[in-house]
Amino acid sequence: MALDSKIPAGPIETKWTDHKFKLKLVNPANKRKYTIIVVGTGLAGGSAAASLAELGYNVLAFSFHESPRRAHSIAAQGGINAAKNYQNDGDSVHRLFYDTLKGGDYRAREANVHRLAEVSGNIIDQCVAQGVPFAREYGGLLDNRSFGGAQVSRTFYAKGQTGQQLLLGAYSAMNKQIHEGGIKFFPRHEMLDLVVIDGKAKGIVTRELNTGEVKSWAADAVLIATGGYGNVFFLSTNAMYSNATAAWRAHKKGAFFANPCFTQIHPTCIPVSSEHQSKLTLMSESLRNDGRVWVPKKAGDDRPANQIPEAERDYYLERLYPSFGNLVPRDVASRRAKEMCDKGHGVGSTKLAVYLDFSDAIKRLGKPVVEERYGNLFDMYKQITGENPYEIPMRIYPAVHYTMGGLWVDYNLQSNVPGLFVLGEANFSDHGANRLGASALMQGLADGYFVIPYTLGDYLATVGASKLTTDHEAFKKSEAEVKEVTKKLLAIKGKTTVDEFHKKLGHIMWDYVGMARNEKGLKHAIAEIQKIREEFWKDVMVPGSETEFNQELEKAHRVADFIELGELMAIDALERNESCGGHFREEFQTEDGEAQRDDEKYAYVAAWEFKGVGAKPELHKENLTFDYVKPSQRSYK
Amino acid sequence: MMNITLKVWRQKSCNSQGAFATYGVEGVSPDMSFLEMLDMLNERLIKKGEEPIAFDHDCREGICGTCSMVINGRPHGPIKGVTTCQLHMRSFSEGDTIVIEPFRAKAFPVIKDLVVDRSSFERIMVAGGYVSVRTGNAQDANALPIGKHEADEAFNAAACIGCGACVASCKNSSAMLFVGAKVSQYALLPQGQPERKQRVLNMVAAMDLEGFGNCSNTGACEATCPKGIDLPHIARLNREYIAATLS
Repeated sequence: MALDSKIPAGPIETKWTDHKFKLKLVNPANKRKYTIIVVGTGLAGGSAAASLAELGYNVLAFSFHESPRRAHSIAAQGGINAAKNYQNDGDSVHRLFYDTLKGGDYRAREANVHRLAEVSGNIIDQCVAQGVPFAREYGGLLDNRSFGGAQVSRTFYAKGQTGQQLLLGAYSAMNKQIHEGGIKFFPRHEMLDLVVIDGKAKGIVTRELNTGEVKSWAADAVLIATGGYGNVFFLSTNAMYSNATAAWRAHKKGAFFANPCFTQIHPTCIPVSSEHQSKLTLMSESLRNDGRVWVPKKAGDDRPANQIPEAERDYYLERLYPSFGNLVPRDVASRRAKEMCDKGHGVGSTKLAVYLDFSDAIKRLGKPVVEERYGNLFDMYKQITGENPYEIPMRIYPAVHYTMGGLWVDYNLQSNVPGLFVLGEANFSDHGANRLGASALMQGLADGYFVIPYTLGDYLATVGASKLTTDHEAFKKSEAEVKEVTKKLLAIKGKTTVDEFHKKLGHIMWDYVGMARNEKGLKHAIAEIQKIREEFWKDVMVPGSETEFNQELEKAHRVADFIELGELMAIDALERNESCGGHFREEFQTEDGEAQRDDEKYAYVAAWEFKGVGAKPELHKENLTFDYVKPSQRSYK
Repeated sequence: MMNITLKVWRQKSCNSQGAFATYGVEGVSPDMSFLEMLDMLNERLIKKGEEPIAFDHDCREGICGTCSMVINGRPHGPIKGVTTCQLHMRSFSEGDTIVIEPFRAKAFPVIKDLVVDRSSFERIMVAGGYVSVRTGNAQDANALPIGKHEADEAFNAAACIGCGACVASCKNSSAMLFVGAKVSQYALLPQGQPERKQRVLNMVAAMDLEGFGNCSNTGACEATCPKGIDLPHIARLNREYIAATLS
């Protein structure tokens, strides 16, 4: 099957403008005849639901949370990029486009990334109009900070709680539409199947988490905005409930999964302390604006940080990358931290950590300024580790944070299943092999506020309003399948808990499909994951029943999907014989340890088609062409 | 490693009678988070064929507002300014008995064990917790300068995570700190002015309808709030409400 990315013709600067004009419109009086399902109400889903309801569509919005405000977008700390050039420091749409494409190691579509950069400024305007309290200067204008992979200050922020404030903005827009009847919101409803009729997405099946009721919902189009799949690794900075089930079940119904091996390991997280650890906590990348990363020059140096003299410290990022210093992209910073620890320079009791030191910043700016910028992050660090970062350098280590891969979508954000659209982190589209800091919020809101309201109308106007109801046999069949899987999970009554399986999977993923990968390890991982899958379906222990609030049952569904997805990630990583961005294959590196891309053979999007559990998935390639930016070896030196 | 005893509220469903159950938990590391200690207990319960304790949680970094338990009589436990998920076992000692209950309020019915239904908060927000602005070509963000002081104060109000600890700590089960924070945020910002009066009237009406009590200035909410939302927001709510009813 040929993948048509539907990238419009014409110069990159006018593609989106021209495309918007060519897209078909739905007459305002006809919009109310269409029902749109939005699954997931974080930044992408929430902004889409609100914007579509404003246009006049009937929106049914589903979340497994009790409120849209609980979505994990809430936890994004550092900021949101926009090419406003308020700082007069040389920023432009083209520069944001260039930085994002380069940061993604040339594995994203030029046209998508350019559109993202074009609408970025509008996002900030929209959010300010909603009352989002961004940080301001004394003159009353918006403040900016710098982020990794850029040499301009284009990041807008609200202390270390930017995701919270933006999500509450989208949530407030949703609330207005819920008030006016444009959105019907269904909390604690988890999507467990996509219903495809005559090749088109026509609805979903959900399980109501309080009662266990399984129910069908019909619509003219389905939007999935359920975030990423970082929790495949068990330990990640994702929230505990974050999962890939909606996306994965859509994949099993025909939607291709693109670049699953592109996962982002974030360099600045609080290190793992014990085997009971349930999740990892991110320390915003914005800390690298003022914090300096270092390790002792001498391997195995056990002295406390403050007893290691300046001359015996290796500020390795500043040494290796003089022009970007501590602000190199995430994949580079993570890999270098791992390398330092592998060579024995790690610090702290586990030796799996490096220092992030603020003593120079405190000397230069004074404690009040540092407190103003990062106070809540410092408090969080102190609460978790029991150490005071104003006095002792923070210890940080990389952790799984974001997934660039996701369901394949074309330029209109439509998957290969007509009528199924995918937004935000759940799709694969804009970040290539590595996402730059403060770009996730930008992409989620770009998709929801400024892309889908245009592209969805074109699809609806083309296919016309559907008369299907949930009486159609396809819904009955999906409901029966969902109930059967649930019954099967409960009937196994084995000896191993869901979490035990999840942790086992996580260990394999981290060791072999984590920061550095190689052929032997990936083959081993695939075999091990298959074993875990077989054991899971023989020996998992899920207590309780299906007709009640049952958190173990919820987890069992999600972990079953993580196991299958984990295998696909390893298969994809094995297939991609190059290093790029977050995908580092040890066999493919330059002499100085940088990722070695192979643009001849691998400048494509790997879109996988599901062929059955345990069956080899089929690879479809979408070739990437670069007409405006010439791919080169990324250099941050 | 510590050994502790838990007294946990167990309740099968909204309509059933609840009761405390006692569990001994051995081998608790001081570096564990409170929720990791509960994870460990739940794993042990499942292994023994018993039903695990249902509790709500998600981000485990203090921002999503999902945790909803009262620990030794205090919503979110003994440490000021943190949510339950950020509480660590180093705050407890060997041999301690810890009592865990759900957030209790008429407007927060129990779903199961420690999980409560806070959809009453949603209905208050739907009644008026927004600025009516359509997606589209909003004016340039810097065309609307806002003084840093007002912007910061609005941010402080907007930092509310909607957890409901304020309600759980209040003898009247009042939601006025929660509502006050949202009303404040918009009252302080120019964007909130056009709908200022109607917003406060609608939100207060929704709050009353849900069965939340009134504020009697005890200040337990402020003392409990993990995000430091303070009483002046309630004062501003009262002022906004009175101003809206008088005009």
